[in-house]
Amino acid sequence: MKKIEYTAIEGKSLAYYGLLGGLGLIMLIGLLAVWHMEHEGHYVTGMTNQIVWGMPHVFAVFLIVAASGALNVASIASVFKKEDYEPLARLSGLLAIALLAGGLVVLLLDLGRPDRLIVAMTYYNFKSIFAWNIILYTGFFAIVGVYIWFMMDHNMYKFKKQAGLAAFIWRLILTTGTGSIFGFLVARSGYDAALMAPMFIIMSFAFGMAIFILVLMASYHWTGRELGDEVLDRLRSLLGVFVAAVLYFIAVYHLTNLYITEHHGFEKFILLEGGQFTKVFWIGQIILGGLVPLALIYAPGVRNNRKILSVICTLVIIGGLSSMYTVIIGGQAYPLEIFPGYEVSSSFFDGVVNDYTPSMYEIALGVGGVAVSLVLVAFIIKVLPFLPTSLADNK
Amino acid sequence: MSDTVNHSRRSFLEKSIAVGTVTIAPGILLHQVASAKPDDQAVTDSVRWGMLINTNKCEQGCTDCIDACNAEHGLVGNGRPETDTQYIRKVTLRDKLTGHELSLPLMCQHCETAPCVDVCPTGASFQRKDGIALVDKHICIGCRYCMMACPYKARSFVHESVTNQTLSAPRGKGTVESCTLCVHRVDKDQIPACVEACSEGEHDAFMFGDLNDPNSDISKELEKHGGKQLRADLQLNTAVRYQGI
Repeated sequence: MKKIEYTAIEGKSLAYYGLLGGLGLIMLIGLLAVWHMEHEGHYVTGMTNQIVWGMPHVFAVFLIVAASGALNVASIASVFKKEDYEPLARLSGLLAIALLAGGLVVLLLDLGRPDRLIVAMTYYNFKSIFAWNIILYTGFFAIVGVYIWFMMDHNMYKFKKQAGLAAFIWRLILTTGTGSIFGFLVARSGYDAALMAPMFIIMSFAFGMAIFILVLMASYHWTGRELGDEVLDRLRSLLGVFVAAVLYFIAVYHLTNLYITEHHGFEKFILLEGGQFTKVFWIGQIILGGLVPLALIYAPGVRNNRKILSVICTLVIIGGLSSMYTVIIGGQAYPLEIFPGYEVSSSFFDGVVNDYTPSMYEIALGVGGVAVSLVLVAFIIKVLPFLPTSLADNK
Repeated sequence: MSDTVNHSRRSFLEKSIAVGTVTIAPGILLHQVASAKPDDQAVTDSVRWGMLINTNKCEQGCTDCIDACNAEHGLVGNGRPETDTQYIRKVTLRDKLTGHELSLPLMCQHCETAPCVDVCPTGASFQRKDGIALVDKHICIGCRYCMMACPYKARSFVHESVTNQTLSAPRGKGTVESCTLCVHRVDKDQIPACVEACSEGEHDAFMFGDLNDPNSDISKELEKHGGKQLRADLQLNTAVRYQGI
């Protein structure tokens, strides 16, 4: 096997510092938004007693799901022993950690009492999937950290495969846990489905791969390193499979619901009458996030077109955020069925579809979390050798 | 090892202990006499507190129970109904098939297997042995997962700073709260504020008592005329039952 040379990027150009500065500014705006939300209370946001989780959670869950998917490339190399993916494994691990960190920052800063983080890390109710997720997330940092260490350290390289397997299994459990946050809820028609866990796993494959491809292309293009078409072609094909699989899971989820009369109200809401939610579902999740990328991936003649590949990945990301919006917010907008067969009204918004308009504070927090992830990647590839010097074809 | 004893330190400690005991002892002795259930005695499951609501006696448009609850807990509306806390609300129902209309008060149902308790990551949402579901405000991190999980949308998040709190239930910005079944009153052998207000208003739609005691008024009424759980298919065994739905 040909030895791969990894080098840190130079990172001394004005553009590089501009990138870090720009991302830093976005993070700062996010922090200011958090300060305002924390100081005044959550009434300044669009989140209410009806829509309890909003845009911050859309971004956070998206980043967390994408994080476990970003590790896929490394898993394909170490666990499934495809040597062609070997050079990409380090970046894959780094991106996984960075995305998870960004997602968790958003989640933590949206808590009503973020100052009680220590409480969250020391008081555990082990019946709660949320508590398990806290353990899974922190464990992910440790396991992937060890995995990256083994990949980089000549003395530990022989244990790389075992570390890779452990990381692979851990991330499957983690994403199952994330999907189960919703799947375990009996209260709401849109949740309470065992399918949510595997659906989140498949979504993680797609979202993580899309972000990985974009980060890979950007980091090689902006540092003038060679990135061959073969590498991108392989990743693009994989992305196509993942996007198709996501559409399959969405189809199964909705078709099953359509067979269950008590879920018909929710299905009618999401698929037809939900206003913004119906639009986000069809246009965002299905068309932009699924059908258009598939058409572009398998269309003849676009195979090595990097601009089109960027568009494909961006669309998948938009589709991912739309999916999270539909699941998390759409699932809350539809009223709880407490009194089947009755028309319901109250001072507490029972029986009505709940409105949601995200405030700029929530969006700033969510985008700030994305900036945290990108800053981590941009900075660490300068400090440590994560990127192969060249990924040219036929090497 | 040295045998010297520090006499001045010893005598200081002895005097301090004596003063301390004399100061605290009357409080301990009198406190045990004053409270119905001594605070140092753990709550047991020999009692299960429950409520029975007769919707036939509940008047549409009457808000006695809500007003009493708000006054009891210092719940102030900030003119923001979407984020203002409501422990109890009146729900108006209209049967789609028959057109029959009724109203009922809806609050935390204090389920035996409460989903809010299952999902809380820190265990702040907990249940006493006597069935009352509560939130420990010291360890609630405000994640709102219990609000997602509650099948009755019983919980509220404190969206803004709280002022002029009553001593009945601690509240705090950034934590989650809900009906406590007036645990602070129940522990003093009183009844919840909503129940009391309804009976004072002479509607008598509420009944409150020990579900575990077959001779309590509520148990006898349930045996005679029945009482339904809301969302009974979830099999949560709620402590609040309704008649007339």
